[in-house]
Amino acid sequence: MAKRLDLKDVDIYYGKFHAVAGVTLSVPPRSITAFIGPSGCGKSTVLRTLNRMHEVIPGATVDGQVLLDGEDIYATSVDPVSVRRTIGMVFQRPNPFPTMSIRDNVVAGLKLMGVSDKKKLDELAERSLRGANLWNEVKDRLDKPGGGISGGQQQRLCIARAIAVQPDVLLMDEPCSALDPISTLAIEDLMSELKKEYTIVIVTHNMQQAARVSDQTGFFNLRATGEPGKLVEIDDTEKMFSKPSEKATEDYISGRFG
Amino acid sequence: MTATIDAPATGPTFMQVSGARKVKDRIATVLVYLSFAVAVIPLVWVVYTVLVRGLGATLSATWFTESLSGLLGRDPGGGAYHAILGTLLQGVVCAIISVPIGIMVGIYLVEYGGNSRLAKTTTFMVDILTGVPSIVAALFVYAVWIAIFGLPRSAFAVSLALVLLMVPVVVRTTEELLKIVPTDLREASYALGIPKWRTITKVVIPTALSGILTGVMLALARVMGETAPVLLLVAYAPFINTNIFEGNMASLPLMMYVERNNPTAAGTDRIWGAAVTLILIIALFNVLATVLSKYFAVKTK
Ligand SMILES: Nc1ncnc2c1ncn2[C@@H]1O[C@H](COP(=O)(O)OP(=O)(O)O)[C@@H](O)[C@H]1O
Ligand SMILES: [Mg+2]
Repeated sequence: MAKRLDLKDVDIYYGKFHAVAGVTLSVPPRSITAFIGPSGCGKSTVLRTLNRMHEVIPGATVDGQVLLDGEDIYATSVDPVSVRRTIGMVFQRPNPFPTMSIRDNVVAGLKLMGVSDKKKLDELAERSLRGANLWNEVKDRLDKPGGGISGGQQQRLCIARAIAVQPDVLLMDEPCSALDPISTLAIEDLMSELKKEYTIVIVTHNMQQAARVSDQTGFFNLRATGEPGKLVEIDDTEKMFSKPSEKATEDYISGRFG
Repeated sequence: MTATIDAPATGPTFMQVSGARKVKDRIATVLVYLSFAVAVIPLVWVVYTVLVRGLGATLSATWFTESLSGLLGRDPGGGAYHAILGTLLQGVVCAIISVPIGIMVGIYLVEYGGNSRLAKTTTFMVDILTGVPSIVAALFVYAVWIAIFGLPRSAFAVSLALVLLMVPVVVRTTEELLKIVPTDLREASYALGIPKWRTITKVVIPTALSGILTGVMLALARVMGETAPVLLLVAYAPFINTNIFEGNMASLPLMMYVERNNPTAAGTDRIWGAAVTLILIIALFNVLATVLSKYFAVKTK
């Protein structure tokens, strides 16, 4: 079930490099929160902190609290693997497992969680593929390799794979940046559907996209390269795009950025 | 007249290929073809000689089905079945030991080792082991297995020496192939809440499997032709022996070596026949490697 996320004073490091400083924000359940900002300001870094993917990189550490419905996902007793089962992720480049069929890609997470009943897996595969608006396009070739479909379809396959394990939160890092406009629209439509059930956080380079799909937008910026990125402000998307409180946000959104 | 004067004095837009470049191109072409010939001629020559002299023996009805048991040196007939069996047995036992060790070390180095002391030391040792000549590996096994432990010379001792030669190759192959599996795939798997070891067994290894298998088959083919270990670690038997821990056992290189002391026509036939058979087996393993690699390759259709 969709849950809320709260970040309190989060600092993120790559070894000694302080990548992001002092992020505090809340993501309400059943909504879409978009992160925007120039390249290198730490949007992906923050996103990867939300499901403990950040620490997969050697030397990478996080300070501060990330609460999922009040429970700190960085508490010492928490297994990062269980966090990632609860908070799913879709990456910038579609990355289906090349050795698996379309169906096996979708149920990969479930299988490894111990679901082995073939009928149940088939059912869940269909439900997830329908959920990702991909069922009609692939239902006749479920046993074909996951790498053999178009980029847009691959990305929706990755979304199906992520929602198949029924996470509480779905994180998406520029999920459309490698896709054509039609596939992009398909995924934006899908996001609006998914937010009925999931809490969604999306990083995007495309401000129209943020304006179209999100309920809340956070603007990240960094003063200079080598300095940590910061959350400048976060507010309702409508307000952010009409009258933001910070000058920097207005400059960035209106394209007067430099 | 004025018109011609006003016209801009430009030549054609594109230049001709200069003479110097044409010459360089010729020289390079000739050199490339020459190197190709230098590489291929000896190869063809060897294969041709071996086939001409040995094919006759292998075409006899009993070559692949009978041993030389009970035959005198000058007697025609019999076959190399005992030696083929020995070569395959020793190779397979070596593979059974080397492949798991080599693949696990490779996995450790790429997935777990990172920049740790142990990983660096291991890489260094593997590098050294790669360069160890087969005679040294054989002597080492002789010293430990036979001289220190007091165990008899046997096919198993040969396999152990072959293990020393094969493990570094398998480690290297595994390492190289795991390294080219994109980090994206590992991350996709972690993000689904799949633990690291299952990510390795279910996602990373299957992606690299085709290449690893090819490498293993090629290494095995290579190792089965090794001669120093069989000369040192097991005695020749003209009959069939399937006990790898005891007794004499033939193998193709050993059969060739032993029959060199046989001055009769039958002996010459056996040497060249064994040579053809060895090349055949190695070629077969190469073909098998290609087939396996195709079968396990990542498919997109
Ligand atoms: N794996 C990494 N190792 C070290 N530094 C990194 C790594 N990934 C990103 N960074 C650095 O962290 C900062 C933020 O990067 P990132 O989160 O990718 O920015 P964005 O997604 O906003 O473009 C950048 O300065 C980047 O160079
Ligand atoms: Mg990014």
